[in-house]
Amino acid sequence: MKRYILTLMFCVFIIASYCFNLDFGYKIGNNFWIFFKELITFLPFMFILVGLFDVWFPKEKVGKYIGKESGIKGTFWVILLAMLQAGPLYGAFPVAYLLWKKGCSIRNVFIYLGAFSTLKIPMLTFEIGFLGLKFSLLRTLFTLPVFIVIAIVMELYLKNKKYEIKQP
Amino acid sequence: MKILLSLTIVLLMISFFSDRKKTIAGIKRGFKMFLGILPTMLNVLILVSIFLFLVPKETLIKLLGKGSGITGFMIAAILGSISLIPGFIAFPLAAILLKNGAAYNIVAVFITTLMMVGILTLPIEIKYFGVRVSILRNALSFIGALIIGLIIGVFL
Repeated sequence: MKRYILTLMFCVFIIASYCFNLDFGYKIGNNFWIFFKELITFLPFMFILVGLFDVWFPKEKVGKYIGKESGIKGTFWVILLAMLQAGPLYGAFPVAYLLWKKGCSIRNVFIYLGAFSTLKIPMLTFEIGFLGLKFSLLRTLFTLPVFIVIAIVMELYLKNKKYEIKQP
Repeated sequence: MKILLSLTIVLLMISFFSDRKKTIAGIKRGFKMFLGILPTMLNVLILVSIFLFLVPKETLIKLLGKGSGITGFMIAAILGSISLIPGFIAFPLAAILLKNGAAYNIVAVFITTLMMVGILTLPIEIKYFGVRVSILRNALSFIGALIIGLIIGVFL
């Protein structure tokens, strides 16, 4: 309950703003509502899928496909998995945790995060619609090597360190 | 959204008919993970709502519009890194920026930092990845986004 104090205070503030017609409270409340709708409509499903994935897929199997020895094929699989998803980046963190727990290599975990943030298909359709195919293609083309390099750097940085991704 | 919903339902049914106990254990585990991170997420969303109120659309268009040059580029990179704007708002906004004469490199760096760097969402990331790794990932992504923005500016 203690962890919800800020949220409760915020709710009181928004309700007060509505009662006393405070313009800024009203606007902030509207912004919050947009984000809250996004959070509450897709995160529960995401976590159900994560939970099911957790109980059904044994570590050995996942590790074989996207673990340390999986090479370029493993990279391909995590990018494909990421592209099929939707939602904001913070929704990818629990999935990344689970992938890691199941034996996914550090490099592939960060490639997953990179692909999730920049190559999700639902997002790409939006991007193409508003900014055009040429812009979207160029951006995708240059982003791909960038997040792969970032993942390699992260892997090198964490090599020989006892690193774990945690479940909050 | 609809895809995620139908996928979840189909997989849940398959899972349930194959093994009830396992399915219930899976749902419980997912729910527990969700509750574990929910308060942090709500706090972050509160911060984002306040941030978006302080920096409204009109201000963005003024800051990043025509002739804003290198200053505009850096402002775009910093604002994109801080904020968290869902795609259905960010892309129309980027299109408006282009229409208002913003340069392509500015729009590209704004979009890319929005996607890859998340300063306001750092509290969530740190819960999973720890402080140092989260900061390093964001710093590297920031540099990467600057490079992407510059290269796209050369091409478009």
